[in-house]
Amino acid sequence: MGGKTKSTTLDLRMETSPQPRLLRILTVFTILGFAGTLVLGFAVAGTDIQQGEIQRIFYIHMPSFFGAFTAFGLTVVGGIIYLARKSETWDRIALAGVEVGLAFSLINLLTGSIWARPIWNTWWTWDPRLTSAAIMCLTYAAYLMLRAGIDDPGKRRAFMSVYGILAFVTVLITLFIIRIVPETIHPVIVGASPQNAQGGFEATSGVVIALLPSLLLWLTLMPITIMWHRVRLEARIEALNLLKLQALSE
Amino acid sequence: MKTPFFNCVTAVISKDLRAEIRARELVSVMALFALLSLLVFSFALELDKGAREEAVSGVLWVTLVFASLLGFNRSMSQERDQGNLDALLLAPVARTAIFVGKLLGNFIFTLIVGLAMLPLMTMLYGLNLLDGWIILTEAIGIFGLATIGTLLATMTVQTRAREALLPIALLPIALPFLLTAVRATKGILGGAPASEWQGALGMLAAISVIYLVLCLLLYEYIVEE
Amino acid sequence: MPDDSAIIIAEGLSKAYGGLPALRSLNFRVRRGEFVALLGANGSGKSTLLRLLSGLSKPTAGAIRIGGWEMPREAMAVRAQIGLVAHQPLLYENLTARENLEFFGKLYGIGIDERERRIAEALRTAGLSKGAGSLVRAFSRGMKQRLSIARATLHQPDVLLLDEPYSGLDQAAIERLDELLSAATEDGRTIIMSTHQLERIPRPARRALVLARGRIAFDDAIGRRNMSEIYRSSNA
Repeated sequence: MGGKTKSTTLDLRMETSPQPRLLRILTVFTILGFAGTLVLGFAVAGTDIQQGEIQRIFYIHMPSFFGAFTAFGLTVVGGIIYLARKSETWDRIALAGVEVGLAFSLINLLTGSIWARPIWNTWWTWDPRLTSAAIMCLTYAAYLMLRAGIDDPGKRRAFMSVYGILAFVTVLITLFIIRIVPETIHPVIVGASPQNAQGGFEATSGVVIALLPSLLLWLTLMPITIMWHRVRLEARIEALNLLKLQALSE
Repeated sequence: MKTPFFNCVTAVISKDLRAEIRARELVSVMALFALLSLLVFSFALELDKGAREEAVSGVLWVTLVFASLLGFNRSMSQERDQGNLDALLLAPVARTAIFVGKLLGNFIFTLIVGLAMLPLMTMLYGLNLLDGWIILTEAIGIFGLATIGTLLATMTVQTRAREALLPIALLPIALPFLLTAVRATKGILGGAPASEWQGALGMLAAISVIYLVLCLLLYEYIVEE
Repeated sequence: MPDDSAIIIAEGLSKAYGGLPALRSLNFRVRRGEFVALLGANGSGKSTLLRLLSGLSKPTAGAIRIGGWEMPREAMAVRAQIGLVAHQPLLYENLTARENLEFFGKLYGIGIDERERRIAEALRTAGLSKGAGSLVRAFSRGMKQRLSIARATLHQPDVLLLDEPYSGLDQAAIERLDELLSAATEDGRTIIMSTHQLERIPRPARRALVLARGRIAFDDAIGRRNMSEIYRSSNA
């Protein structure tokens, strides 16, 4: 018994170790970067001639989807590596990817909805792209529900790795839905807009100056920094649960 | 040492068919559900001639998806209840062979129900669904559903909530099938030129293949402890 | 114990569920043809050990070798040599006794003529020749248990693992089961049988392995030293 207990206390000490230097640096850069993109979006970029101020929401709306894309993509990577190596860290990364990605896609849906109210004259419409984005969110909500329903930790990690890989298909569908169902009204800013698109605008130099940094920030720093914090938190939760269980089984 | 792949697949299928002929626990339940669903839809939607053309392909596929959920759950519970999944895993057989066997069994049972729905819907809704292309669409769509259904049901019967979790896990992932299958069926029913719906049919087949490959790769991880 | 006759070798065998240890670094060897009674209270790790030996689950640490093959890396080769009678009967209720055996015979790749012959013999030994055509659903617990043993031995495994086979059986069924186990020993099979009842150790068993909290508390000939005392104190 002695050896096992010793190693878990050691684990717990490791999980409560202070934040690595790199994580602190990343956190600072993410916060500063986010503030910077807000300044670019609100102050530097010009007001859109047709849509007015509401168009500025786009500088968060589209980047947040790609942030979710990164996070869900890391869930797939985490799942594959977990299945190959059975290393718990990668399962935590997969879980963090789902939670962060889900939060980002909710930001994406919410900002889109706020934009649609004045432009499309409705909060929500059953447009193929909106529908598939909503389904994407539901898939990852299902992930969290399924995860909570599996007691055996080994099974939970393996099953959720598999589900996280399968769920990514819905992300790809949301990306490529306009190829499957062309009659979407959702505008495409980069590349040719579908015929029925309503509320598109031109990617002028002002738009690009505000969009590009924001897109880069949401694609990389935002998901990675937040996920890293979440992975550390999950490690602590698991260590704590283990201690509780061991205390109970003594 | 290892039992050949094909022998194992046929053994699992013939076992499932035999048990089903005995007990009729799968097809009868799915068929009864499908019948009820069709009647409920026709009352609830008050399907008139105009609405029908639009709605019938949706009714067909929604009914099929929910009926198949019942079937997949039942089929995997039979492996779980008496611990038979363990018995399958004890044998010197490839895990993918077990998967393919269960998958084909589920495919056959659901297809039987799907095919039986066509003449029934033709009678009920006054639209001719007995068309070679519709049957092909059904076969591909049901195969795709059975692929992820078999994988996910193997997972969910091992969880605490058992049957309750399969719809939640399956429906979002099955949506690409539903989307493309409804689209293809609608095009065929409406007499649209083939160029308009063959894309959707091709997409349906492509998604089925993608999921099949993923499931074949991933199955062993959800049965190994 | 000479090495060449050891059919099962476990070294440093450990299994943890979610960080909680179920088995802690077990070391033991089982000779070919030995009948080992695996004793221990509920939760002592008996079932976990049998699942590890059958290849149904993988050890967290340590190694198992069965018949010279390494588990779980060469599990596929080991599977054909192992039969498991678990808590649950592992039978299909909607199939007849004969159909169940046919199905498992196919899974183990037994050719059709050989399969027919073995099934007839297995049904006879299990005393189920008359009930061969009835659904397993209608069987009593004792009949299911006998059919379960027929299923586990149909592919003539070198090693037979049984997990609490006596639970839920009446006296007559227990006696029949004893006969079946004696017959299996005479066939030269290596048997490991778990039970939590000391008085239920079958006659052919010569060696006892007592598990307590995932460790081996006693490993010696039955009746030697103070086996019962160790068993009782491990239960406390």
